[in-house]
Amino acid sequence: MSNLLEIRDLVTSFDTDTGWVRAVDGVSFSVDRGKTVGLVGESGCGKTVTAMSIIDLLPKPSGDILEGKVLFKNRDLRQISPREMRRVRGGEIGVIFQEPMAALNPVHRIGKQLIEILKLHQEISKKDALKKAVELLDAVGIPAPEKRLSNYPHQLSGGMRQRVMIAIALACEPDLLIADEPTTALDVTVQAQILDLIASMQKKLGMAVLMITHDLGVIAQNCDEVVVMYAGRIVERAPVKELFARPLHAYTKGLLASIPQIDSVRKTQLNTIPGQVAAIQDFVTGCRFCQRMERIDSSLSRQRPEYREVSPDHWVETCPQCYQG
Amino acid sequence: MMKETNTLLQVEDLRMHFPVRGGVMMKQIGAVKAVDGVSFHIQSGETLGLVGESGCGKSTLGKAVVRLLNPTEGKVSFKGTEITRMSQWRLRKLRQDFQMVFQDPAESLDARMSVGDLVAEPLVIQKMGARKFRREKVAELLDRVGLPKNAAQKFPFEFSGGQRQRIGIARALAVNPDLLILDEPVSALDVSIQSQVMNLLLDLQQEFSMAYLFIAHDLAVVKHMSDRIAVMYLGKIVEMAPADEIYQNPQHAYTKALLSAIPVPDPTVSRERVILEGDVPSPINPPEGCAFGHRVGHVDYPQSIGIELPFVEVSPGHWVQKCPCCVA
Repeated sequence: MSNLLEIRDLVTSFDTDTGWVRAVDGVSFSVDRGKTVGLVGESGCGKTVTAMSIIDLLPKPSGDILEGKVLFKNRDLRQISPREMRRVRGGEIGVIFQEPMAALNPVHRIGKQLIEILKLHQEISKKDALKKAVELLDAVGIPAPEKRLSNYPHQLSGGMRQRVMIAIALACEPDLLIADEPTTALDVTVQAQILDLIASMQKKLGMAVLMITHDLGVIAQNCDEVVVMYAGRIVERAPVKELFARPLHAYTKGLLASIPQIDSVRKTQLNTIPGQVAAIQDFVTGCRFCQRMERIDSSLSRQRPEYREVSPDHWVETCPQCYQG
Repeated sequence: MMKETNTLLQVEDLRMHFPVRGGVMMKQIGAVKAVDGVSFHIQSGETLGLVGESGCGKSTLGKAVVRLLNPTEGKVSFKGTEITRMSQWRLRKLRQDFQMVFQDPAESLDARMSVGDLVAEPLVIQKMGARKFRREKVAELLDRVGLPKNAAQKFPFEFSGGQRQRIGIARALAVNPDLLILDEPVSALDVSIQSQVMNLLLDLQQEFSMAYLFIAHDLAVVKHMSDRIAVMYLGKIVEMAPADEIYQNPQHAYTKALLSAIPVPDPTVSRERVILEGDVPSPINPPEGCAFGHRVGHVDYPQSIGIELPFVEVSPGHWVQKCPCCVA
């Protein structure tokens, strides 16, 4: 199998005032080598928690994985020691966060932060690390990289900071890059630059990308496969062209229909999904999209709908009302 | 300039400069030219969309128009009355005709006031109606924006982002304004919630025949909401045209670049993208001549230095800032 990352029946839970709640409730998908998988859904659907579960950055002990396997290169990341995990994270798996200002250390210079990660993961002299840091900043398109090394994060623009984040994530040439809303805080023009940069680095290093976003436009233009999450579960998963041409779950259809298109007729009512994602403690066992659509009384939707492969590579949660084949 | 009779808002050569101070004596050593010579008008019942990257001066322009900021130069007239130099006291009375909705309802709503008090506050300020009238009006408004009846007793933190934006809208509607300045009203919302709020805004506009100044950075959203669109770059409007026209026939290189950068939600479409280098330059010392030609390093950029860049009408209602490098 060419699976680089395989997640099986992942359940991640948080301790709250109302008891343990399942933010991620039985999620399975895989990422192949060199491919880009998009993870899409509204806020509160468990996208980021899924990513944090993979790289073991959950706020333990109040948040933890309860069940399931996270297989990376056929090794269960839940079984390895924290020390080994630190080697994987930042080494074999690079991470980009949504808000680079929060992820970069504001009191250290860019250069120091880059050298830190290089020295942590590789046997490398300070001089060589410095040279490598300049190369990395150059590779991500930062002009005058030698000068930028001595800048602090606040001296850079949002787009530049995100480039630095990418440089740090790619420093050890990872096999998998997890990008959590990498362009959400950026302007469209800068977003296009950053997405292009990620794509070109991906080609160069042959790495796989797990792209987390709520923007279906970003998904359509950058991903090979799409995983649609709703309320802690995967409701649909398919290759990108298949998903956009033949969405089968009512939630996916609703999401696609509610984006204003550039060529839609102006000032007409948009399609929308009524209501909102339920709070985690209110999640039901049955179909959660039925819950949102207030169809919950139906006796059919009391138990969890089966998630199955309805056509090659096309997986859907087959709730009798939401699965519209 | 001939004024059309139903012009609601007229903005002429508006400038908003913020002083930059430095040195021991804190003398003014420069200025951030956030808005630098902007003119436009809005007719009653119409939506003007305002787009541009962050830092181009969109929000500052919105605030200067309603005088949450005092403009440095230029003229803003509302229903034919100039408000640029009007006293705060007189302005307060007029403010019931133009209201503002902010991007982040979590920050613009006072967390310690109940939703009922928040929505009633503009009525109190404008001294409209007695307590009973206000209570009825609040119930009516909350219902109109799609919030539950018991919302009036609750506090902002008990609501989701989309619902809080509805509270912000209800508050702005309380005094029956003719113009709403909407500063990124849907940017912080998820797509399905975004479309709910956009539908609400479209409905309300029809029902109360309000005009909107709709500020946003998402071009697909702006196009959907607007009758006309103004594209702003570094404190200036570089292109302004009817919404369909600007998408079908963009003239300025910046507009074209913005349009091509929108990710299209269709995997079968592969377009040639104009990837813009760099960010919006600093408005403290903006480059001479055409600021966009400078950013992309256009070969003809030097020709734009030192000459006046006129804002000309290339076809009916389609205005563009002419320059040697960015407009063919």
